[in-house]
Amino acid sequence: MTLNEVIEILDADVLVGQDQLEMEVKTAFGADLMSDVLAFAKSGSLLLTGLTNPQVIRTSDILDIAAIIMVRGKKPAPETIRLAEELRIPVLSTKYILFETAGRLYEKGIKGCVERVDNNFARS
Amino acid sequence: MHVHEKPTFESNYTVQGGNFDEAGKVASQIKVILKKLGLQTDVVRKAALVAYESEINIVSYARKGTISISVTPGQVKIETTDEGQGIPDINLAMQEGYSTATSKIREMGFGAGMGLCNIKKFSDYFQITSEIGKGTHLKMIINIENGV
Repeated sequence: MTLNEVIEILDADVLVGQDQLEMEVKTAFGADLMSDVLAFAKSGSLLLTGLTNPQVIRTSDILDIAAIIMVRGKKPAPETIRLAEELRIPVLSTKYILFETAGRLYEKGIKGCVERVDNNFARS
Repeated sequence: MHVHEKPTFESNYTVQGGNFDEAGKVASQIKVILKKLGLQTDVVRKAALVAYESEINIVSYARKGTISISVTPGQVKIETTDEGQGIPDINLAMQEGYSTATSKIREMGFGAGMGLCNIKKFSDYFQITSEIGKGTHLKMIINIENGV
């Protein structure tokens, strides 16, 4: 699926990356906790999140996340937009809640970048 | 392990405590350098991730700190030293979910007691030492399977 199709499915606004909408994506990860994103998200996936601060962009850069979808109609701060532009990471914004966003994408063939976590951290 | 090999790359970075806007900048730089060195994708990812969580810890809990990185054909070594409050109980700090994070840290999407667990999980070798009132020292090694 291309980002153009994602935009159509989610009735999303493009905040960053107008020139990168032909990009293909197959998988996604959704979380508001960046440590969870770091632990489980995979390169080339969409990141669905309700967080809007610059750390979302940093986290995505570290993992080579394909594009970010900010859910629940969230609009990021100017410094978040600036960083995304600098690092060339597309940012979309949708009014759908995280559950609806995930469901609508899943219905059209986007899969989770991991299905389940069977071997979580060994507790010390 | 190729612990005695001469480094192909070495660098040190200073991180200012409390500077939440810049948090992650050093890790981003490290990632770019490791990519340029031609390391495998999963090595770059692990090293950048470990550097990032460590950087977040310095910004969140210390006055200042340094991140040093050293790359040899066999491994990436990342060490962080900070001037901060130190960790009273390391076993407790290493427990997933245990956190002393402020609301500012949580707003950034961290502070859920996962940082040190993530660092340990993605490192092939991990060592933590801490002294109350002085600071914390982390040493992480990520092995490079087939050399650079």
